[in-house]
Amino acid sequence: MTIGPGWKRAFRLPRLDRKSVERDLDAELSFHLAMREETLKRLGMSADAARTDALARFGDHDRIRDECLTIDRQYARKVRLMEWLESIVTDVRYALRRLRRSPGFTVTAVVTLALGIGASTAVFSALSPVLLEPLPFPHASRLVTVDDRNEAGIPMPATLGTFAEVRARARVFETIAAADDWQPTISGTGEPERLKGQAVTASYFQVYGIAPVVGREFRGDDEQPGGARVAILSERLVQRRFGGDRAIVGRTIDLDGNPYTVVGIMPGSFANVVAPAAELWTPLRDRVTGDLSGRAWGHHYKIIGRLTATATTESATRELLALGRSPTASFARPPWANLEDGLLVRSMQDDVTAPVKPSLYAIAGAVLLLLAIASVNVMNLLLARGSQRRGELAMRIALGAGPGRIMRQLLTESVVLALLGGGLGLLVGQLGVHGLVAMSPPGLPRADAIRVDLRVLAFAVLLTTLVGLIVGLVPALGAVRGKTTDGLHRAASSRISSRSTARSVLVIAEVALAVVLLVGAGLLYRSVTRLLAAPPGFDASHVVTMQVVESGAGFTSDTARLQFFELALERVGQLPGVVSAGWTSQLPLSGDVDGYGYEAQSVAESKNGAVGSALRYEVTPGYFSAMRIPLRRGRLVDATDRAGAPEAIVINESMAKRLFGDRDPIGQGVRFGPEMGSDRPWGYVVGVVGDVKQYSLAADAPDAFYVASGQWLWVDDVQTLVVRTSGDAAAMVPSLKRTVWSIDRNLPIQRVRTMDDFVTAAAGQRRFAMVVIETFAIVAFVLAAIGLYGVVAGGVIERIREIGIRAALGATPAVIVGSVVRRSLALAAGGAVIGVGASLAATRLIRTMLFGVSSVDVVTYAGVLLLMLVTAGVAAWAPARRAAGVDPTMALRAD
Amino acid sequence: MADAGIDLLRSSLDLLILKALTWGPMHGYGIGEWIDDATQSLLLVEEGTLYPALHRLERRGWITAEWGVSGNNRRAKFYTITPAGRARLRAEARRWHEYAGAIATALRRTGPALA
Repeated sequence: MTIGPGWKRAFRLPRLDRKSVERDLDAELSFHLAMREETLKRLGMSADAARTDALARFGDHDRIRDECLTIDRQYARKVRLMEWLESIVTDVRYALRRLRRSPGFTVTAVVTLALGIGASTAVFSALSPVLLEPLPFPHASRLVTVDDRNEAGIPMPATLGTFAEVRARARVFETIAAADDWQPTISGTGEPERLKGQAVTASYFQVYGIAPVVGREFRGDDEQPGGARVAILSERLVQRRFGGDRAIVGRTIDLDGNPYTVVGIMPGSFANVVAPAAELWTPLRDRVTGDLSGRAWGHHYKIIGRLTATATTESATRELLALGRSPTASFARPPWANLEDGLLVRSMQDDVTAPVKPSLYAIAGAVLLLLAIASVNVMNLLLARGSQRRGELAMRIALGAGPGRIMRQLLTESVVLALLGGGLGLLVGQLGVHGLVAMSPPGLPRADAIRVDLRVLAFAVLLTTLVGLIVGLVPALGAVRGKTTDGLHRAASSRISSRSTARSVLVIAEVALAVVLLVGAGLLYRSVTRLLAAPPGFDASHVVTMQVVESGAGFTSDTARLQFFELALERVGQLPGVVSAGWTSQLPLSGDVDGYGYEAQSVAESKNGAVGSALRYEVTPGYFSAMRIPLRRGRLVDATDRAGAPEAIVINESMAKRLFGDRDPIGQGVRFGPEMGSDRPWGYVVGVVGDVKQYSLAADAPDAFYVASGQWLWVDDVQTLVVRTSGDAAAMVPSLKRTVWSIDRNLPIQRVRTMDDFVTAAAGQRRFAMVVIETFAIVAFVLAAIGLYGVVAGGVIERIREIGIRAALGATPAVIVGSVVRRSLALAAGGAVIGVGASLAATRLIRTMLFGVSSVDVVTYAGVLLLMLVTAGVAAWAPARRAAGVDPTMALRAD
Repeated sequence: MADAGIDLLRSSLDLLILKALTWGPMHGYGIGEWIDDATQSLLLVEEGTLYPALHRLERRGWITAEWGVSGNNRRAKFYTITPAGRARLRAEARRWHEYAGAIATALRRTGPALA
């Protein structure tokens, strides 16, 4: 916008409001008419004729007046806008000048705000893709997942039989698809590697609404058993294994020793949220058959669907329940399909974010508290500063600045302060985001989408402005309400006391907020400590593990598989530093889950797995000593338990108790999963071992049984080597790998981790929340301590006369110190009481994350209270010393 | 055609107002009289049309207005040309001369186009 030189001059004219614009115009036009009339009269016209003629010559008076008025009003608006902008620039310049003049105050306030705003920005950027943004698919709100539920109502994957029936009968789905885990080993180019992938029905990508960038989707005929093997790769895998060469489409790759033709590449932006680690896909060719012990009736299929435009998760739930309760002959169901109880339909967004929601909400709450404390602290600083600049403000008011103008100027100052803090805060936030992502537990969905983007920037700007206005409002109102004369006569003590009351209230609020954060952090800290102290049932120290996949043509028979495991064990055992070693089909806390129903010969009601199911550990004898799982009764699996010998079963204490109560379990006949109801001979319980936590540290140990590799129906081809070492466990990794590869160079080795790593990771969610909230709590605590100090110190300065008088009247230093410290303690105690009340309500939000402590844990509360009171005492120390040192004569002469 | 006529009229009126003000500050009535005199009453058919033009010129920063006292002791609004207004006048006058010259030359032509 270009402004002619006229505007500055014009804006000095009193013509900006509507009324005077009109008045000016009317005066101008009537001047013209009067001049014309006069001229005409001088030429000899009568007065009446002259007026009529003047109007006629003028033209359409009203139209011309309107036209002028429109132009003038636009002009006035423009001038007003310029004036306003110029005054803002003036205010900002003035504010900056003032802030420069008190660098101590400015730096403190800016850094405080930067912490608050930075932390909020970081948390917002982490939360936004998980909780606020829709999943990155067209009409993402229509995407759902469908799960089965076990007896306890806990979601579990569905069976293919259920999928087939739902796909054929349900009307609420536009498209529906099923997926199963598929982990092929790729070989041929580069090191052999076991990949994470999915076997999916052809409709899988249509449900998401995302098409391959190159090539084609799967077609119905790809699903036919016996058809050509095809695969779709993710862009990430193409990048990683094939140097990003898109010409891979159409070529064949080697998976599990079979040639697969690559038919397409999924774009890098495709967020496969139900299986984020999957890098390639192949058509799902499982078929539902009459054989109920087949794969298709196992609970391992993930069902995803796209609802029709009119359907909701509720209507889908209703339809599936109705469908479940009206079985038809064409869809056979095994007894465990329990479709008549309905299926669990959840929006995909809820399903993938549910596990992390509690910790994210807790963190969001904590950051709000931190921001509130930072704001209150700055508000307090502004109030303290306000009392120093009362003289200046009073002078400006006396010189004619209206209260609105003063207020705007003060708010400008606080907003400028907030903007400076916000700018710095963005840097803090950027660092914070990196920290959050680095610390985030595995399984944080859409972690790749966390970043500082425009959305986050907009949030930061909005937040900053808001904080600036709120923080400035109280002090500005206080400043404006003050009487002019009050400020000019500096001794108006009533104003001092009302101001220090306001500051006291703020500091109490600050302490209360800090207490809430400290209590939350304390409870989480104690939870994590307890969690890590809770015995997992094994000894994690000095144990290293690695998963080995037997892939290739050499491992088609059970004998060959077992032979490899035994040979590897023999060679590992000869390595120096190895104390004991064993193989297991599943490893505690690793995410492995492999369970089977069980029945006992002597317990009639346990027939066909009616009592429950147990986790199966197919192990070699060394596993127990490597993990130091204690034997409670009988014997462990040993070298005599081989194929052909009677099946020896070791069960854990939970299972022993559930099946046999107080009876001796040794010698009892048991059968599992596929063996149940068959004519296979019963296995016999030979020993009982201690419980081991499998799913998580917080969950109770599930029932479990151990069987020797070679005595089970098959020999698992993916097993984990568990090695107890005398020295540093991680240091053994290279020699262990070399040993495995000395037998077969082509075997993928994966998931190489110490048991300590697994234990640490198992506490990941809570630890993540704990570290973040602890950081916030420490910052909050420091801010509250500074706030306390500021108010107490300010109080001493404001009452220096009174203290002087008391000293003159004979009060000893001890009495004066006592009164100052008492004041600090009173403030802290006030804040603490409110804070405890607030904590009792607030910590209910993190109850699901607590372990082993109650949300009203006395130790935590007492600790926080003690900490706050000690801090109040320490904060009061320096001001109290100063008060005690006041020289009565000097104090009375002050002012 | 009617719109083009108005545009032509408006731009020539603007030009004449600026020209009138080169002799010094004037009120609207005085400007009107000068234009009437200088154009032999050809241009200003309705005297009132002068005022929207004045206000527009003021908004664009080519003239400024100030209240003063007229020769017969009445309060009147006086317009003054600004330096930007003078520059505008020079540029527009040159354009006008070129344009008028071109039209005049064309109208004086006697033969058909030279091939």
